[in-house]
Amino acid sequence: INHIVHNGGLYKRPFNEAFEETPMLVAVLTYVGYGVLTLFGYLRDFMRQWKIEKCQNATEREEQKDFVPLYQDFENFYNRNLYMRIRDSWNRPICSVPGAKVDMMERVSHDYNWTFTYTGRVIKDIINMGSYNYLGFAQNAGACQEAAAKVLSQYGAGVCSTRQEMGNLDKHEELEKLVARFLGVESAMAYGMGFATNSMNIPALVGKGCLILSDELNHASLVLGARLSGATIRIFKHNNMQSLEKLLKDAIVHGQPRTRRPWKKILILVEGIYSMEGSIVRLPEVIALKKKYKSYLYLDEAHSIGALGPSGRGVVEYFGLSPEDVDVMMGTFTKSFGAAGGYIGGKKELIDYLRTYSHSAAYATSMSPPVVEQIITSVKCIMGEDGTTVGRARVQQLAENTRYFRRRLKEMGFIIYGNEDSPVVPLMLYMPAKIGAFGREMLKRNIGVVVVGFPATPIIESRARFCLSAAHTKEMLDTALKEINEVGDLLQLKYSRRRLVPLLDRPFDETTYEETED
Amino acid sequence: QEKEELIEEWQPEPLVPPVPKDHPALNYNIVSGPPTHIITVNGKECINFASFNFLGLLNNEKVKSAAQASLKKYGVGTCGPRGFYGTFDVHLELEERLAKFMRTEEAIIYSYGFATIASAIPAYSKRGDIVFVDEAACFAIQKGLQASRSNIKLFKHNDMADLERLLKEQETEDQKNPRKARVTRRFIVVEGLYMNTGDICPLPELIKLKYKYKVRIFLEESLSFGVLGEHGRGITEHFGINIDDIDLISANMENSLASIGGFCCGRSFIIDHQRLSGQGYCFSASLPPLLAAAAIEALNIMEDNPDIFQTLRAKCKRIHKALQGISGLKVVGESFSPALHLQLEESCGSRENDVKLLKRVVDYCMNSGIALTQARYLEKEEKCLPPPSIRVVITVEQTEQELDKAASLLKEAAQSVLN
Repeated sequence: INHIVHNGGLYKRPFNEAFEETPMLVAVLTYVGYGVLTLFGYLRDFMRQWKIEKCQNATEREEQKDFVPLYQDFENFYNRNLYMRIRDSWNRPICSVPGAKVDMMERVSHDYNWTFTYTGRVIKDIINMGSYNYLGFAQNAGACQEAAAKVLSQYGAGVCSTRQEMGNLDKHEELEKLVARFLGVESAMAYGMGFATNSMNIPALVGKGCLILSDELNHASLVLGARLSGATIRIFKHNNMQSLEKLLKDAIVHGQPRTRRPWKKILILVEGIYSMEGSIVRLPEVIALKKKYKSYLYLDEAHSIGALGPSGRGVVEYFGLSPEDVDVMMGTFTKSFGAAGGYIGGKKELIDYLRTYSHSAAYATSMSPPVVEQIITSVKCIMGEDGTTVGRARVQQLAENTRYFRRRLKEMGFIIYGNEDSPVVPLMLYMPAKIGAFGREMLKRNIGVVVVGFPATPIIESRARFCLSAAHTKEMLDTALKEINEVGDLLQLKYSRRRLVPLLDRPFDETTYEETED
Repeated sequence: QEKEELIEEWQPEPLVPPVPKDHPALNYNIVSGPPTHIITVNGKECINFASFNFLGLLNNEKVKSAAQASLKKYGVGTCGPRGFYGTFDVHLELEERLAKFMRTEEAIIYSYGFATIASAIPAYSKRGDIVFVDEAACFAIQKGLQASRSNIKLFKHNDMADLERLLKEQETEDQKNPRKARVTRRFIVVEGLYMNTGDICPLPELIKLKYKYKVRIFLEESLSFGVLGEHGRGITEHFGINIDDIDLISANMENSLASIGGFCCGRSFIIDHQRLSGQGYCFSASLPPLLAAAAIEALNIMEDNPDIFQTLRAKCKRIHKALQGISGLKVVGESFSPALHLQLEESCGSRENDVKLLKRVVDYCMNSGIALTQARYLEKEEKCLPPPSIRVVITVEQTEQELDKAASLLKEAAQSVLN
């Protein structure tokens, strides 16, 4: 089904995104489920307080019992009573390379998840649908690993200094030139941690008197960076261009809230692929709006770099746009490149400014050399500069896997959110009991999945999230699909009524923004 | 119509202001090859007095082979945060080892040193809470405090009387509003060895103030971990204080352990909370296993050779004495601190000129084979900007001749540049 958006002329390819409405019965049952859990939670707290039930929480020291309590009882209510019940779905320890198949350490709990013990057994060859391994570079053999091993023996593991002092190695310079070439921008700068890239560079770019327009579902690092900058933050509805345009118009026409002075700069923060929804940003429209209203665009391609676009250059290539239209291109090396760290790419003035004024350059240790080498080798592989077509093949394999997997899941009748081309596939579960059940049943069948609930998602929209990888073969996907089908029937997860709600009918009301000033 | 005109007329500022080409922080030193004891900076071979490689573990063969083994088994990256298949057995092992080494109940690892304390503070201290912090706190602590939105009260560097005054003022405030006081948490954030001044914090007095005014202490031990104390356990061992008296110890593994990342340790009651509310822990990929393996091996070496700490401290004392009496430069820092500052005795008026003068001293030394660096700060962002200085770092690999050579070279440089 092709949705022709009213700015359809900007899109060179069909943009198929769908978020099916929650069926009414399911919503009601979910609320009932949470209500029952809350009642039980109060009952258990009551019993713990009156010592009928043993309290297994860690407690404060005797000598410090008269200090102000460190945690409020109510803050931890969700933690104690709901999270504890299904805690075994998260923090699962693995003991092999996080590739398409992974080995997991078996752990059991004899006291309902309060403590875990490791049995010592290793569950082998679990199909890994949870790691962010989009292009399959999480490997412990091959060209990337050998290059990293050589650099490790030459340079060592750490650096022990910051970029501005004595930590700028020749490897870092090589990496930055390569990344700039890969993205098609003038210049780039790399940092040791993706989270920190956002939280330390947004404050360097904007400050008081500037306006940040951020998407509703932006990642915690973007939100933290925006807060630390001191600028005014306004939120527009997820991927909703009318909302964004309204905010832009209002901002320029009315100026700053009390003084009515014009804003110094307006920065729009969006992500390439949103990891919880699986949706892709409407980049052509955002760029058109940005040009019309003279604002700046900060694009966080944490999940989309390497995963979208015919040659893996990210969401800009996917839509056929020019990287020069995006003012700040940010991304991470953790997902598609199998390493760690983040980068920012853009014009030379921007990168020179960040080299001087970024918090990370002045105070944080630079990247570790073997990690840098892994990124250099994998980027060269994707670009085809290592002389093989492995990189290109992987990008194509990922695109095929994505289309196949999503099509089959939709045919089975599950509610799947997001864009057809995004390798992040959220499958809706809704009810709290099914979160735990889905994770455990899939593990019994040797498939590792990720389930997410509140607070990462809205309270009734809990989901299971599959991350596809170029390393998944068709057999693995078929096995996984067969098991998901079985579990779906067992837990009655096939909610879809096959009525695809067209994207434009997503409700949009006039009351759009909340203003937060720090 | 009017709106369209306004939209047409509005001109934003450029995204970034232009940076002058000769800005001191713009042109980085390029290090070719590993940043170890002998370092090649901008093509010149020098002895390294600028990297925080205190125990010389950066080039250690055992550490490198442990990291190689881990690389062969796990590859480089972890491809996920701790909650979603990013927890490896090496991470669990490292956390156990750190907790055992520091003799606390539990430890938690972060994948970036800066993010460690910057995520730990906002996990406990929220809007409305009160934090007493030293003026010379490092930038990571300042960012953590800013993210927490709490009330910050700065006390003068290492001045316990000033801190007590602030605590007394807070007590009188509390008596006016006891209901609010019962839910307002209070914290003191100090560093073991301050990065900006090289001093040690008076921990025994702080413990007394803690119990008198019921404030919790967060201790940042990035420079003192692996340096102070008989076995390298940091400032608590140095002063002989029971480790349970400190609520949270946070350190980064990028100095003594020559790896990447950071950790927090303390009682389970406190540390476990960060597993769900530490932003840098939950929302970020975990530490690459090869770096965790390198840190475990480094810990092994630290446990097997407890005499390196004594050696390091002796070297620090030696150079501290040797650097006294340089005309024009004064030494800032304790005699056993491995990271000293050399500041100008008399400033020449503006910070820019001071920086230029110090750069000439540094260049003189680099041309003669000693690699030094100036301490870099973000001038507009720091709360209490320290004066410009040269950073001198002592490592256990430097021989006595090299220490003496460095001291005499600095004397020469100061003579020729500053007179």
